Amino acid sequence: MTTTEKPFLQIEGVHKTFRRGGTETEVLHDISLDIAEGEFVSIIGHSGCGKSTLLNLIAGLTRVTTGAVLLEDREVNDPGPERAVVFQNHSLLPWLTVYENVHIAVNKVFGRAKSRAERHDWTLHNLDLVQMAHAKDKRPAEISGGMKQRVGIARALAMEPKVLLMDEPFGALDALTRAHLQDSVMQIHARLGNTAIMITHDVDEAVLLSDRIVMMTNGPSARIGEVLDVDLPRPRKRLELVADTRYIHAREAVLKFLYERHRFVEAA
Amino acid sequence: MNAMPARPVLINAASGAAPTAKSGVPPKPSETKVLALKAPPNAYVTRLLGACRETASTVIPPLVVLAMLLLVWQLATDKPGATLPSPMKIWTEANDLIVSPFFVYGPQDIGLGWRVLTSLERVAYGFGLAAIFGIVVGAIIGQSVWAMRGLDPIFQVLRTVPPLAWLPISLAAFQDSGPSAVFVIFITAVWPVIINTAVGIRNIPQDYRNVAEVLRLNPIEYFWRIMIPSAAPYIFTGLRIGIGLSWLAIVAAEMLTGGVGIGFFIWDAWNSSRLSDIVVALIYIGIVGFVLDRLVAMIGRIATRGTANA
Repeated sequence: MTTTEKPFLQIEGVHKTFRRGGTETEVLHDISLDIAEGEFVSIIGHSGCGKSTLLNLIAGLTRVTTGAVLLEDREVNDPGPERAVVFQNHSLLPWLTVYENVHIAVNKVFGRAKSRAERHDWTLHNLDLVQMAHAKDKRPAEISGGMKQRVGIARALAMEPKVLLMDEPFGALDALTRAHLQDSVMQIHARLGNTAIMITHDVDEAVLLSDRIVMMTNGPSARIGEVLDVDLPRPRKRLELVADTRYIHAREAVLKFLYERHRFVEAA
Repeated sequence: MNAMPARPVLINAASGAAPTAKSGVPPKPSETKVLALKAPPNAYVTRLLGACRETASTVIPPLVVLAMLLLVWQLATDKPGATLPSPMKIWTEANDLIVSPFFVYGPQDIGLGWRVLTSLERVAYGFGLAAIFGIVVGAIIGQSVWAMRGLDPIFQVLRTVPPLAWLPISLAAFQDSGPSAVFVIFITAVWPVIINTAVGIRNIPQDYRNVAEVLRLNPIEYFWRIMIPSAAPYIFTGLRIGIGLSWLAIVAAEMLTGGVGIGFFIWDAWNSSRLSDIVVALIYIGIVGFVLDRLVAMIGRIATRGTANA
């Protein structure tokens, strides 16, 4: 972040207030964050702290109350494929096959730019990337949770997004599947160099995958509490990191933030 | 030793077409051959028996109940001065209607099969219109909270109006019996289609809406790619209720049109006191209604595979 040019993605003094009936609830309070191109940033916090809201604001699915989100100096007002989202519960369309789920995105984004054959190849290429080409003719109901999430990632990647947004992408998966998918995401990130923002509540996941970890205070009126740089060299290997002091320190810092200074209060 | 060679022969006979049966059973089959044959035909026979038992368990109970009902009916009506015909009397009086649905003796003397087909054509028009109109209107209403709030109470009232009550109004509006009959079927069947489609559209998960937004689907793409498939289970529930209702309306509709429909047949038979014919026609209507219901249910199952168990 030492470059003098404009940051790739800017979140500038964002407030978000939800109004329901007569009561207003401030969910996010004065969030500012700059993210560089190719960076992998995790946002971590207790449940209810508004981290998913923050992601939705960047995605454009929710509008900011005040402040602005700027991608390449242009304000984000609505959702679009350049900010593709990997949803928490995969959100595949159950009436389409795996292939069709990715293909619908490819057709929509590259309908003009690519020929029919190119779009077909690009769909398969992205399924290959997440190792799901073998199941391309299955429907979402016929594949496992981890596989669905892989397809969700393939669909997002197939849009060639400027920023890949992931909303607790592995939250609903068992530990082993999660580890597999984390490795896949690391490989893909190393290969494509996407800018990525991931919401998570898993400390290990955040440290393992991220260049920076944004820690949020508890809501309502959540703020950015701390930002931690994770200066572990890439490629990172899960097993080698276990004993790495930098890894342990980073992990400790996040844990301390979450469980000492901003312990989750049920009443909040 | 005597039983061993006999066994494959028996099993082949039972299973019909085991591949080795064609070569003929050698008089002295080797031990290995006997062993190889033993397992699969046995499994096949077991499965066949299982299937038979399953079929029997679904078919026999209704047949028993039916037989008992017929018996009670027969006993209750089999005496002089009974107001309703007994099953035996119906069998003799309306024999041609029961055994041959597709006879043609004259312009007004035709089998009930032909009448059912004529009625089905009428229902096809009325219900087809109701399906198209109902899905489109339901989709529009489901999209808007205010349209839902404004129209839903009106629909809830209108849907309870019986088909017969629409007759005078539709006659006055169309001045012609043909379109009036189709309109009565339409107006009877359209409400559940509208209401169910609207509910289905309102229940589209936010996830799918988000996907559509990120992909920037335009309204037409959204309609075909997200709305219709996502609401399909609801739509088919509406269509299934609708086809049932439109078949219910057929008698009312055909009181107007006359001619050769099954509904008019009942009206006509009543006017000439042919009670036995009416009973046979009722059974025809019941069976056709049942088949229609199952047909729509089956189409729904095929069309919503994947969606329903998501």
